[in-house]
Order: sequence, then C-alpha cells, then structure tokens
Amino acid sequence: MVAMKVVVCVKQIPDPADPGALDPETRTLKRDVKLILDESDSYGVEMALQLVDAAGEGEVTLVSMVPNSERSGLATALAMGAASATLISDPELVGSDALTTAKLLAAAIKDQGADLIIAGSESSDGYTGTVPEQIAAVLDLPSVTAAKSIEVDGASISVQRQTDAGYDSVQCPLPAVISVTAGVVEPRYPSFKGIMAAKSKPVEEKTAADLGFDSDQVGWAGAGQEIVEVTEAPKREAGDIIEDDGEAHVKIVEFLENLKVI
Amino acid sequence: MTLDTIWVYAEATDGEVNSNTLELLSKARELADTVACVYAGDADDIVEAVGAYGAETVYSVDVEEALVGVPVAAAIAEAVEAGDGPDAILLGTTYDGRDVAARLSVKTDKTVISNCVDLEVDDGSLVCTAAIFGGATDIKTKFTGDGPFIAVVRPKSFPAESSDGGEADSEELDVPDLGSSAGAVVTDRFVEESDGPKLDEAGIVVAGGRGIGEAEKFSMVTDLAKALGGAAGASRAIVDAGWVPYSQQVGQTGKVVKPDVYIACGISGATQHLVGMKGSKNIIAINKDAEAPIFGIADLGIIGDVHKVMPLLLEALASR
Repeated sequence: MVAMKVVVCVKQIPDPADPGALDPETRTLKRDVKLILDESDSYGVEMALQLVDAAGEGEVTLVSMVPNSERSGLATALAMGAASATLISDPELVGSDALTTAKLLAAAIKDQGADLIIAGSESSDGYTGTVPEQIAAVLDLPSVTAAKSIEVDGASISVQRQTDAGYDSVQCPLPAVISVTAGVVEPRYPSFKGIMAAKSKPVEEKTAADLGFDSDQVGWAGAGQEIVEVTEAPKREAGDIIEDDGEAHVKIVEFLENLKVI
Repeated sequence: MTLDTIWVYAEATDGEVNSNTLELLSKARELADTVACVYAGDADDIVEAVGAYGAETVYSVDVEEALVGVPVAAAIAEAVEAGDGPDAILLGTTYDGRDVAARLSVKTDKTVISNCVDLEVDDGSLVCTAAIFGGATDIKTKFTGDGPFIAVVRPKSFPAESSDGGEADSEELDVPDLGSSAGAVVTDRFVEESDGPKLDEAGIVVAGGRGIGEAEKFSMVTDLAKALGGAAGASRAIVDAGWVPYSQQVGQTGKVVKPDVYIACGISGATQHLVGMKGSKNIIAINKDAEAPIFGIADLGIIGDVHKVMPLLLEALASR
C-alpha cells in the first residue's frame, strides 16, 4: 500500500448568508466577523479524506490564508479529519490579488511532499476561480480543474472534469493540483469526537516574511490592480407581489400572455 | 482612447464558435484598433466565424489531446516574451478560459481580473467592472503596471454584433517545452443528452430551488419548462444536494442567463443565485416565504406553495 499525502487549500469566509460589507477604507470585504469554512472547500476536504481512506495510508493537511489569525473555519476542516494545518496569517495580506494569493499558498505547499493538492473550483465570496490553476503554475505541476470525481491509479489519476455539455475523462500524472466542483461528494459532519480532537491538532502560523515575501510583494502593494470605484448597481424595481388564494396561477398565465410568450 | 491590440481566447463547440467568444470580439473592437483570436485547434474551422466579428488573425495552438490551459498559456507567454503579444487578453468565464488565464498570469507574472461584466480603456490601461454582493454593488478595478492585462469576462456581458468582416488570417503559435507541468490529457468526452433549448440561450427559463422539497419533485420544473418551450435551471442548493446536474446550475457558480422570462420556483434568492439571473427581462417568483429576497427583484411575485401553484399552472397551460 502506498501512503497518500494530500494538501487541501481551504478558505475561511464571512457567512454568505450575511456577507457583510466592504470596508470603506481598504475597499476589501470586512473580515472582522466570525469566518466559516467556505462550503465550496468542504467538498475538497471530503474528497481528500476519501482518497486517503482508499489508499489505506496517508494524511490530509490544510493550507489557508487570512489577514487576521482567524481559525474557526480551519477548525471545521480539522474536525472533519484533516491532520494539521498551515495558516498564512499576516495583516499585510489585505488586498492581495489572486496571483499573489496563489504564490503564497504555493510557497506554503511546496515543501510538504504532497502527492495531490486539492482546492475548490472557486470560493463563494471572491469567486475568481483562478487560484488553483495559478498554484499549479507556480509549482510547475500539471492540473485538472472542475473535477467531479478523482480516482488514484498508481502514479497517475483519472478525473472526470466538468464541461458545459457533460464531462471529459482526463488522465493526469502525480503530483498534481486538482480543483473540485461543489456537490460532488457529501461532506461529512464533524463528529463530537472530531471536534474535540481538532482542538489539539497542530496549526502552524506563518507570515508572508516567513515564506520569503517582502511586504511590497503582497497585499495592495503587490497587487497588479487597484479598485478605482465602488458604486451601487442600479436597483431592479419589485413589481406586483400577491398572496396565493388558489388562483395565483391565473395571474401567471395572464402575465405570460401579456408578454406574448404563450 | 483605445488600446493597440486585444487578443480574445476563442472557444468553439463542434466547430461552432461560442456566443461568448463573439461577445468578447464585439467589445474588443470598441477597445482596441486590432483584434485577434487565440484558438486551441485548427484555425480554418473558425477563421470565417470570428472574422465576421472583427478578428483579423487567428493564432492557433496545437494542443493535441492535452487540457488547453498549460499549452495555450505557454504559447501566448512565448509570444509576449518575444514582444509580439497584445496589450490585453480577454477570456470567457469558462472552464478552459479560466485555466488559460490562470496559467498565463503566472507565466507572465501579470495579474488577472475575473468576473468582469464591463470593460473600458482608461489612460492606456483597462478598467474592469465586476458585480459583488449578488449584483447589488459594482466594483471597478484597474490594472496597474504594464500589460498584457488579463481579463476573464462573464458570459452575456456584451451583445454580439457582427462587423461584417471577412475571413481572418491564420498563424500558428509555437508551444515551447512544457516541462513538468504537462501531462493532463483528455482520454474521452461524454455529452449529457438534453432536449429543448440550451439553458443559457433559452427565451424562457424555469428554475427550481430548495422549496421544491425533494429531488423527485424537480419534474414540476422540467415539465413547466417543457410546456413553455424553455429550459430548466436550478439553484446551487439543490445542485449541491445532488438533485440536479451541475450543468443546470444558475448563479455566480454556474450559468449566467438573461431570458425574456425567468420563473423562480421555491428559490429564496441568495446573492449567489441573483448574480446569475438578475439580468432577465421579466422575473416571476413563487415562494412560500414572503420575506424571500427574490421578491425584491420579481416583476410578479406569488407568495404561495410551489406544490399547489405549479400543478395548477401546468394544468392551465395544458388546457390552452
């Protein structure tokens, strides 16, 4: 049996049900609320745990990045079964673009000896959807994005990759970076035992400097972009709202008739 | 003021150029003097179609069976390195488009701005508008430093307007040695059969959410879509729950739709969903919860139970 070492990138985000606001000064998302594990990443964690289970031996470790030491989202992923985590935490990171984020994550991953690096296809808050592939490029590894399933087969993997029309079967040598789409596995709920065990699992904090980055390479200073304007989008006016009295379907038919679509 | 040159990453399905590529070409003509395409395939297949939308040249990349991200980005980066690159590269928010953009950003050490819904040229740079908080807020981000500016643009952000241009020239870009990043190869392709119009092209979209109650009841949504000659869509919640395939997801993750009529059934209207459908011309919402955010953008809102309203609606349509 061959031990399988999987690193999962996880993001801690404000609860999407209450996404908060932009900080008027930094023009970044306020992250002073309690952060949670991005649901999109729970699929990657689950996938990794299943692959290690299938291999019979190995471990899942986590990498995450925040400006403020926040760990509550990491705790969820550790409680699911990940063994340990690296938390890149540094106030200087505020404003980092996707490329810088990928460089930092890659720096934290590169010496871990991973067979596989898994990330969500896109985060629920920033949803740039480029970071996993950027990590692969920085590490000079092959990659498959938008994976629906992963099967390890010795030194390579078979992946079903989501396409607009269905899916492609993709063969890829290891080590590799894979991004997984949401909904492809059922993320386990952390058990009470898991939650208790998570409290004593190691979380190593690293600053940008620890990873070899100068302060002008990260955050707004290192970003190749600047926010020039934030405006309210034009609001869509709400129309007629009616309570169904058993005849609401007639209203819908009339509405569709008026539009001449039926 | 315009940029000198923009390249658009072109995508085609079964030899037909994707609408999202034509949208990008149409906008690129406004932003730059010269517009060209990069295409992972045989240039001859698309020179006519993209020429008609203003592309002067198709730069083709022979990727064989590889996933396109690595070889296409390497080929573009080589052209940039040689000083033959464009000022900006536009790509669609697609699986392949994102891969190419991401790889290229690392190869060229340039930032990539994603989820653009509008683009403008300002002082030799590109300013990208993206929608955040479910489309309630627009945020404009400008590239600093030198190009090429890499922008990933949401589908349906611009109308596709022909330039009546003739066939584009073609030229092949060399793929350099890909080293250890190469190796992801497509071995087989599966197409999920679906009848009726495509979700992102349909004039009418009927979409279901958690309020539908259970996977089996999603047939109410597909039946209504069929009765109206439209396509069936879904919220992320029920795609994640495994009721409906991902290809039917409407939202921030998933498809952007702008039909004439959007009927949201049992969808509360999370920001994640609104981003994908708020551009619909007319929105009808059926939801039990009077406080559901979807009612804030609905032209006709029905506070009621989808399990009562939808069967009656189907009956009424059938009897017409």
